[in-house]
Amino acid sequence: MTPSTPSPNASVLPEGWGMVIGLEVHCELATATKLFCCCPNHFGDQPNANTCPTCLGLPGSLPMLNEQAVELAMRLGRALNCDVKRSVFSRKNYFYPDQPKDYQVTQYDLPTNLGGHLDLPSGPRIGITRAHIEEDTGKLNHVGGGGRIHDAEHSLVDYNRSGVPLVEIVSEADMRSSEQAKEYANELRAILLATGVSDAKMEEGSMRVDANVSVHHLGEPWGTRCEIKNLNSVRSLGRAIDHEALRQIDLLTNGETVRQETRHWDEASGRTGTLRVKEDADDYRYFPEPDLVPLEPSAADIARIDAALPVLPGARRAALAEAAGVPATAGGVVMAVERGLDHLARAAIGGGADAGRVLTHVEHNLAVDGAETLSPERFGDLVKMETGGELTATQAKTVLAEMVATGGAPAEIAQARGFEALDSSALEGIIDGLIAAHGEEWEQFRSGDDKARGKLSGFFMGKVMQASSGQADGKAATALLRRKAGL
Amino acid sequence: MASLSREEVVHVATLARLELTDEQIDTFTPQLAAILANAADVEALDLDDVPATSHPYPLTNVWRPDVVRHAGVRDAVLAAAPAAQDGMFRVPSVLGDAP
Ligand SMILES: [Zn+2]
Repeated sequence: MTPSTPSPNASVLPEGWGMVIGLEVHCELATATKLFCCCPNHFGDQPNANTCPTCLGLPGSLPMLNEQAVELAMRLGRALNCDVKRSVFSRKNYFYPDQPKDYQVTQYDLPTNLGGHLDLPSGPRIGITRAHIEEDTGKLNHVGGGGRIHDAEHSLVDYNRSGVPLVEIVSEADMRSSEQAKEYANELRAILLATGVSDAKMEEGSMRVDANVSVHHLGEPWGTRCEIKNLNSVRSLGRAIDHEALRQIDLLTNGETVRQETRHWDEASGRTGTLRVKEDADDYRYFPEPDLVPLEPSAADIARIDAALPVLPGARRAALAEAAGVPATAGGVVMAVERGLDHLARAAIGGGADAGRVLTHVEHNLAVDGAETLSPERFGDLVKMETGGELTATQAKTVLAEMVATGGAPAEIAQARGFEALDSSALEGIIDGLIAAHGEEWEQFRSGDDKARGKLSGFFMGKVMQASSGQADGKAATALLRRKAGL
Repeated sequence: MASLSREEVVHVATLARLELTDEQIDTFTPQLAAILANAADVEALDLDDVPATSHPYPLTNVWRPDVVRHAGVRDAVLAAAPAAQDGMFRVPSVLGDAP
């Protein structure tokens, strides 16, 4: 076998195969009201509490477009580098009780946003085909037959979600691994949150991801694609894509063909199953919605939206990475931007605090409410005390937690708690004393197997902490113990 | 364009969830074909210079502010529904997800 550059799928797919993924993401817009009526756009209320003749599709009702929904859709389009275009609403006709009008109002040939891109944190640029506005459907609850979809006796319909404004973001088939698909979903979610376009909660269904997956022999044309639905988390998305790609490869290697269809991901069994063979676009008999007039954003509208866009997560990661002198994919950098702590981290680093320690605290010790209220100066002071040897890592963590809770200054908190890092000679004195007092345990620690050593390490560390009133640095003490044992 | 097959009529009827008898298909096929023939007459015109019109009104950007108003029609609508249960509309069970 000749060595070759591993493909991104090397760990999942058999040699010589590749996968091609495009994602369709529906996200509910963070408006106060629905797309075409004044009912609240609110999750979790009593069934049908948020309904009116328009979103129930009653005769004589007419749609009244929500200005804010259009604003948010255009904002997202610009954040995804799309052209914001003249757009027209269309009716997509189909019969299913989740849609009381028997058609869904969406955009077809003239969507609001066309032709953008999203850059994955790891580098690849993923094309955005379009991002169009449409209305959400109601929710069906299948009752009887144990709640399973295929043997329900009847269904109960809740139209609270009917008419909630959505944007559907369609990517190009530019992703080549489940990892990239997960990265795309995470990055899109970060952009939705940063721009205030959606609360993007996959578990509540305000962000829903469908994946189009096909496979091919590397260097040959792509195969028939299948669409996977019911992906309730980014983790499910990754699992379902890998499973589906392997299923298709299995079919093809056994001389069978892949049928174009929609498949349903079952998280419990970790499999996809056939949902239905897809209807053609013709079958939806799209036509322009006669009750809604076209949207025509002016150049001034677009300039206003661009000017108001916040700095997006990608640019924020780049700025922090540069300040810290680490790659933008570093865990602390990603976490800092995700938690909105990048300004804090940059200010602390800018004030002279050690970048590595700053990012370590952000990644491991600041996943708490209130972290964003920390004063950058005081956070920087804490890191300086730590790198200057005044506090151990363990003590710094404790002080930091109290700083978040009380807003206090690190020096005062450390003093109030009696924290003074044990200098190394004091630590060595304690450890020598323990070795003398516990000769039998020490011998077992030196010569025992890993299991015995682990147990006795715990024993000695407990004694060290006791003897030092908790002021010893755990890492330094462990290292010293091992060194003295000749390990 | 003006010709319309029986199969096409049956397909469209299926999409519209209409159950047609053979006699109805025989009746409707030529009637629908006549309507399509009228559309074909328009298609035959040279309209290259005429912009596509999706709406008869010269209006764009008509919208309302994003302000909640409670309709309060739930109980009345549910009472008028053929069947309701637990504050929801009860419908026959439907296999699968929406198309
Ligand atoms: Zn409504």
